[in-house]
Amino acid sequence: MLESLVHVCLAGLAQGMFVWLVASGLTLIFGVLRVLNFAHGSFYMLGAYFCYTLLSALGDNFWAGLLLGPLFVCAIGFVIERFFLRYVYHFELPYQLLLTFAFVLIFDDVVKVLWGAGSLGSPRVPGLAGSVPILGRNFPTYSLFIMVAGPLLALVLWLVLEKTWAGRIIRAASSDREMASAIGVRVPALYTAVFVFGTWLGALGGGLAVPYVGLLTPGMGETIIIEAFVVVVIGGLGSLKGAFLGALVIGLLSSFGTRFIPTFDMFLTFILMAVVLVWRPQGFFGEAS
Amino acid sequence: MGRYKAYLLFGLMGVLLVGIGLLAGRFVLYLTMRVMLLAIFALGYNLLLGRTGLLSFGHAAFFACGSYGMSLCFLHVTPDPLVGILAGVTMAVIAALIIGFFCVRHTEIYFAMLTLAFGMMIFSLVWNLRSITGGDDGLVGIGRAPLLGFSIARDSQFYFVVLAFFVLTVWVVHRIRSSAFGLVLAGIRENPQRAAFAGLSVKGYRLAAFVISGAFAGLAGSLAAMLESNTNPFSAHWTHSAEPVLVSLIGGLQTFTGPIVGSLIFVVLREIIERFTQNWMLWFGLLLLVIIMGFRGGAMGGVERYFAQAGTKPQEEGRP
Repeated sequence: MLESLVHVCLAGLAQGMFVWLVASGLTLIFGVLRVLNFAHGSFYMLGAYFCYTLLSALGDNFWAGLLLGPLFVCAIGFVIERFFLRYVYHFELPYQLLLTFAFVLIFDDVVKVLWGAGSLGSPRVPGLAGSVPILGRNFPTYSLFIMVAGPLLALVLWLVLEKTWAGRIIRAASSDREMASAIGVRVPALYTAVFVFGTWLGALGGGLAVPYVGLLTPGMGETIIIEAFVVVVIGGLGSLKGAFLGALVIGLLSSFGTRFIPTFDMFLTFILMAVVLVWRPQGFFGEAS
Repeated sequence: MGRYKAYLLFGLMGVLLVGIGLLAGRFVLYLTMRVMLLAIFALGYNLLLGRTGLLSFGHAAFFACGSYGMSLCFLHVTPDPLVGILAGVTMAVIAALIIGFFCVRHTEIYFAMLTLAFGMMIFSLVWNLRSITGGDDGLVGIGRAPLLGFSIARDSQFYFVVLAFFVLTVWVVHRIRSSAFGLVLAGIRENPQRAAFAGLSVKGYRLAAFVISGAFAGLAGSLAAMLESNTNPFSAHWTHSAEPVLVSLIGGLQTFTGPIVGSLIFVVLREIIERFTQNWMLWFGLLLLVIIMGFRGGAMGGVERYFAQAGTKPQEEGRP
């Protein structure tokens, strides 16, 4: 019983950290640009596919694929922000959301055209492919790796935002765009930079997902984007700290849900999201509006 | 457009639709029914989005409530189509009342996220409660029993049922928009604070608009279940919730006819694109980009601007 519970916890933590890797970019973009980006799921999907292709092209070198794949997606992110999103910041909400949704439709089909409509099997990662025994049961090594990568990313993001010059500017622009602009910050360029960085985070999540989720399918972004929304909303829109905590909560909740009440596993996640929104719309760590 | 011109236009549309019902082949009949069902869905939805200014990402759930309510009634209670439709709409209304009660406390992005959460909650129930909903298979074998003694089993007969409900929807939505209630909704969209200062219950009106739009979603859903003779669990999925938003946007958010024209464009364009390519989403996404970047009034917004420039007064107040 105890071993089983420990394993449910571990799986939940891994799942939480996995969603956090994707949600971090989403919440960072919302925090600065105030745009909720449906296309973030597409960046995740494109990241996965680019990494997959590159790692096969580079002789099954997973790490090279992970390093290079997201850069391609960054270029796409740059085009989207610079030539489309930039012109809709002052539009009403439906137009902003639907603009990003248009890219979801486009990229779902682009992936089908380039990689085929079927699913692709995932490659194995040298050194991380097996499993390690924990309390007499096997636990996938790669999940352990994700559990390390998640907090590591959180630490790096925290250091960048709190301790560096660039981080200070990002925080300034996110708390008061006009004031930041008045003291000489080039806000439009900063927005592009943050969007591209957020895109990179989403694509990196996709690259890391390749061995974790096992299968690559067109439309894989539509599932993860909703999970990321849940996490980001629970934690407080725009709050990185909140998204990290939200991801842990959702990961554990869905892991325990799958184990004990599989019928209501998805239901639990969304009821938590609804309860948080009704009771405290700013989430765990968001600013009160 | 003047009042009489508008009536003339709707009269012509009615004649055309009856003509299609009497003369057209099966494919055109089916396509026209799809357009009308989507238009029912979108007309109701646009009362919430265009009129009241609330963006819901969960209305697919009410569509599914209609589908599943109708189908469950058919399978377990009575095959009577009117009772079935009533059951579907009732289920959608109850769901919209409960969900709306919580959602109308918020606006903008929080409203959108909350409706998304509730919508996906219903999707998860539809997906997982296999014994009731059939899970990923959906419910199959939904027949069309005679309605008031008339057979509606064939598509050419059922067409007129859909047409009747479509006309009813157009009339009701038009009445709502031109009523005092409809004006209050527009007032709330423009300035909720002032509406509240004027002594109006903003939440109450928002909830009313939410439930009405949910009811039309349920109507569209129950008719869709009869048309396709099955239910699809993905009709409750969030990606389906985007459909009425897209349709309203294509036609023009701030116009009455927008959702109808948008539905026509949406369904017909999809058919045409699918003739030539497998990738209709790609082309549709590109079209959406063009509309959002350059033509935010939508098709009917453009038409009205044209008439306004020609010296006639536009029917609706447009927003810059």
